Amino acid sequence: MMGVIASTYIVLILAMMLADLSYTTPGHILKALQSREIQYAIKLSLITCTVTMILSVIVAIPLGYFMARFEFRFKKFIDAVLDIPIVLPPLVIGLSLLILFQTAPGQFIESHMRITYTVYSVVIAQFMVACAFAVRTMYVTFMQINNRQEQVALTLGCNQRQSFFYVLLPQAKNGILTAASLAWARALGEFGPILIFSGATRMRTEVLPTTVFLEMSVGNIEAAVAVSLIMIFSGFAVLMIVRFFGDKNTVL
Amino acid sequence: MIHCVNLNINQGDFSLSDLSFKINKGDYAILMGKTGCGKTTVMESICGLRKVKSGEIWLGDKEISNFMPAKREIGYVPQDGALFQHMTIAQNIGFALKIRKWDKKKIDKRVNALASDLGISYLLKREAHDLSGGEKQRVALARALSFYPEVICLDEPLSALDDHTKDEMMDLLKTLKVNSDLTILHVTHSKIEAVNLGDKVFKFDDGQVKELQISEL
Repeated sequence: MMGVIASTYIVLILAMMLADLSYTTPGHILKALQSREIQYAIKLSLITCTVTMILSVIVAIPLGYFMARFEFRFKKFIDAVLDIPIVLPPLVIGLSLLILFQTAPGQFIESHMRITYTVYSVVIAQFMVACAFAVRTMYVTFMQINNRQEQVALTLGCNQRQSFFYVLLPQAKNGILTAASLAWARALGEFGPILIFSGATRMRTEVLPTTVFLEMSVGNIEAAVAVSLIMIFSGFAVLMIVRFFGDKNTVL
Repeated sequence: MIHCVNLNINQGDFSLSDLSFKINKGDYAILMGKTGCGKTTVMESICGLRKVKSGEIWLGDKEISNFMPAKREIGYVPQDGALFQHMTIAQNIGFALKIRKWDKKKIDKRVNALASDLGISYLLKREAHDLSGGEKQRVALARALSFYPEVICLDEPLSALDDHTKDEMMDLLKTLKVNSDLTILHVTHSKIEAVNLGDKVFKFDDGQVKELQISEL
């Protein structure tokens, strides 16, 4: 009985993928890949996801370290704040970003460098969500490494920086890889915030989820499914890499 | 050699106040007491891993209360060994020397000499995980001794070992005591260890410390 319930879900996931596959043909996928707009979307998705991934890891390593290793006032509050992007509806994040850039400081930035409805806004929208997952992962990773080793390193002649780089960070390698791929995969699937904050202009702020949305809205289901499959495969490839190299304990 | 004067240490809801004690150069000092009595806390304070609220810690003629752990030059062997998991045993033992930018050949020589003294030469190429309890302690001891400290701190070095390994390790510590002029601090709750190894015994009780004669144990 338990087995039936458990396997139903897995069957359902696979059935969805199979249905997508059966709905499309290699011809459709090829045609999609040849479209200039879709080529642009693929390129933009790959670039923005990679930039988001790098930014997320750069922020997540120190933030996760401070959360895991130091006690300070309002730590519980900050812990909760870090979860906001995870629990907030994506559309609300997009709307909040849009409003943020309407405020005086936001307008000041806009007057020097246009953010809203540009490629930069795509990265910011992806980053706001993806980074939260990277931070969680690094927090858990550092928590699982006993700080005794760093203490010993201090007595052996290290300063804080050396004990971090020589003792803690090398052991967090798998966690960093997990954080990076999670951030990348989240960024790839990000749609709501991008739609609102960046718009859905072809050849400008169109990423792959936007393509699916735009093709659907003009009734071009075949192209939408073809693009979906491209995303499914690349997302799945990343998840497999995480499972293959990553530390099982830190995968969210 | 080590002189603690009116130490006050706060740790959560528990505090140690006005602790004073003195350990001479070359002494093997046992810090004894029940779990949670603060003996490990005092040891960590001496190593610089825990801040003291007030009071002074003297090492020889230097007041080290506010020194960074790295500047104190005290070897520290924590309870579980805490070997660096991502390094080989040789890298573990040579770590302090690498930080001190020793020449690679000199590091190898020192590591090999220590390993042979402590009977762990056969471990040098192994990774730090899946060592037995006794092996971990020996490696951690070698690592703590590597940079020629004058003082080493052992936090319950024998408590996690089986009886046979415990006897071997006790003999090793005795040899270390006789053959070196190290000042050794040894935290334990075992009378047997105190009687067998200690020159001086300090008993921690109710936030106070008392020096006992071996015969009083």
